[in-house]
Amino acid sequence: MITLWRLGLAALLLGAWHVGAESGFLSPLFFGHPVKIFAVIVEWFATGEIWRHLAITIAETLLAFASGTLCGVGGGLWLGLSPRTRAVLDPFIMAANAMPRVILAPIFAMWFGLGVASKVALGFTLVFFIVFFNVLQGVREVPPTVLNSARMLGASQRQLLRHVYLPAALSWVFSSLHVSVGMAFVGAVVAEYLGSSAGVGYLILQAEGMFDVDTVFAGIIVLTGCALVLDAGVSVAESRLLVWQPRADAARGS
Amino acid sequence: MAALAFEDVTVRFGAATVVGGASFSVGAGEFVSVVGPTGCGKSTLLNLAAGLLAPSSGRVLVDGVTLAGINRRAGYLFQGESLMPWRSARDNVAAGPEFAGMSRGAARAAAETWLGRVGLAGHGEKYPHQMSGGMRKRAQLAQTLVLDPPVLLMDEPFSALDVQTRQLMENELLSIWQADRKSVLFITHDLEEAISLSDRVIVLSAGPATRPLAEFAIDLPRPRDVAEIRLTAEFRAVEERIWEVLRGEVLKAYRQGEAA
Ligand SMILES: Nc1ncnc2c1ncn2[C@@H]1O[C@H](COP(=O)(O)OP(=O)(O)OP(=O)(O)O)[C@@H](O)[C@H]1O
Ligand SMILES: [Mg+2]
Repeated sequence: MITLWRLGLAALLLGAWHVGAESGFLSPLFFGHPVKIFAVIVEWFATGEIWRHLAITIAETLLAFASGTLCGVGGGLWLGLSPRTRAVLDPFIMAANAMPRVILAPIFAMWFGLGVASKVALGFTLVFFIVFFNVLQGVREVPPTVLNSARMLGASQRQLLRHVYLPAALSWVFSSLHVSVGMAFVGAVVAEYLGSSAGVGYLILQAEGMFDVDTVFAGIIVLTGCALVLDAGVSVAESRLLVWQPRADAARGS
Repeated sequence: MAALAFEDVTVRFGAATVVGGASFSVGAGEFVSVVGPTGCGKSTLLNLAAGLLAPSSGRVLVDGVTLAGINRRAGYLFQGESLMPWRSARDNVAAGPEFAGMSRGAARAAAETWLGRVGLAGHGEKYPHQMSGGMRKRAQLAQTLVLDPPVLLMDEPFSALDVQTRQLMENELLSIWQADRKSVLFITHDLEEAISLSDRVIVLSAGPATRPLAEFAIDLPRPRDVAEIRLTAEFRAVEERIWEVLRGEVLKAYRQGEAA
């Protein structure tokens, strides 16, 4: 029933857009034309041209996500467990986090060129802080009895790190997977849009240069689809990784 | 020589003196219970014995040696939730042996054996949030006992269990203790439990600055069945004598609670 309503609503919106564009009420110069947009997408996939760009955007996303997560976990554990270092670095971290990092895109383009590396760099700066703060929180919120219990069971300092702090921190990282993967994607696309030679963001940038609104919208739709697929992938990974956590829906009833 | 000895131990948290000059000991192979009103400092005493907390003054001796750092001879059954939530029941029990360097396979086999002994056979795959409070308590017990520690520190281990399970576990504990004579420091607020299990019962004064007020030797025959022994006249007589002392402290603690 809900699905029917949703389909109906989508059809209504698309229909209104189409009628508006046909009648000239919505200028196709600014709003595009749904049929033409659809044609662009079909052609992209038919000729296979889009795959190269999509692959690059997704590779940038995954690299930014992986590097940001790795460094975030490492940095979070390190500072979480050495309060003194943390006290020293605190203002620097706050400043770096407060900085609107999208501004760095042109600088990264200068440092790393127009290729994949500068896109990964921007995504990295976005992902790193999300993961870093989650790990800090995870380390701080390890229940003292669990920690003391592990110590009484004979855990060495290294074993505490591996078997108590790391799992506790990772549970926080996993619970923020949706946000960090999303940020990696945003970083990749924005960096492409601000200067690149390939990727879906590049396609959009090109089309804008030629006032080709239909292609711009087609690019946006492909990106949205890609983001949804990534998000679904995260949901699958999440349910595998967090079996040990009580689920909100399990707590409600059953 | 005492397996565990407190010598004039004081603990202060900021301005508050929680333990005030406590001296007592647990002999090798002895089962000692500590009873006292709620909040008087029982868990604090166990943390001292475990080496998780250092005394503000005085000292704790393990086999005659002053304790500094973690008490490696002791297994600790915590009052609160202490299982690692990211490990299944079996892997929680296997944790101690793994930390000690045992192979994963051997550690898991040992864990399965102990899960069976505490009545959790077949529940090894469950994570802590999938178990009841009583099951988690039993998993904690298995987690501690699998390491076979010569000293056992137990903080109200059975208070979350229903009466039947509780008596089963108490008898199981007694048979484990009977078999290899661990030294046990057992904390409870249940006087009947203390008497039925112990060689000696120590009554703590109400806080602040708690310390042992009186000690009672329990000369009831062993081996005991915790349910049957409660019905004997000797048991009732001892209980009455101890309650005489304890009641005053409980009332004192209760009035303090009301005043606060
Ligand atoms: N880390 C701490 N900092 C400050 N005060 C503490 C700390 N730990 C315990 N206390 C205080 O010490 C007193 C004794 O606490 P403790 O947990 O040892 O009591 P207890 O006898 O085990 O209580 P219960 O029967 O409820 O388990 C309490 O008043 C508590 O508030
Ligand atoms: Mg307590």
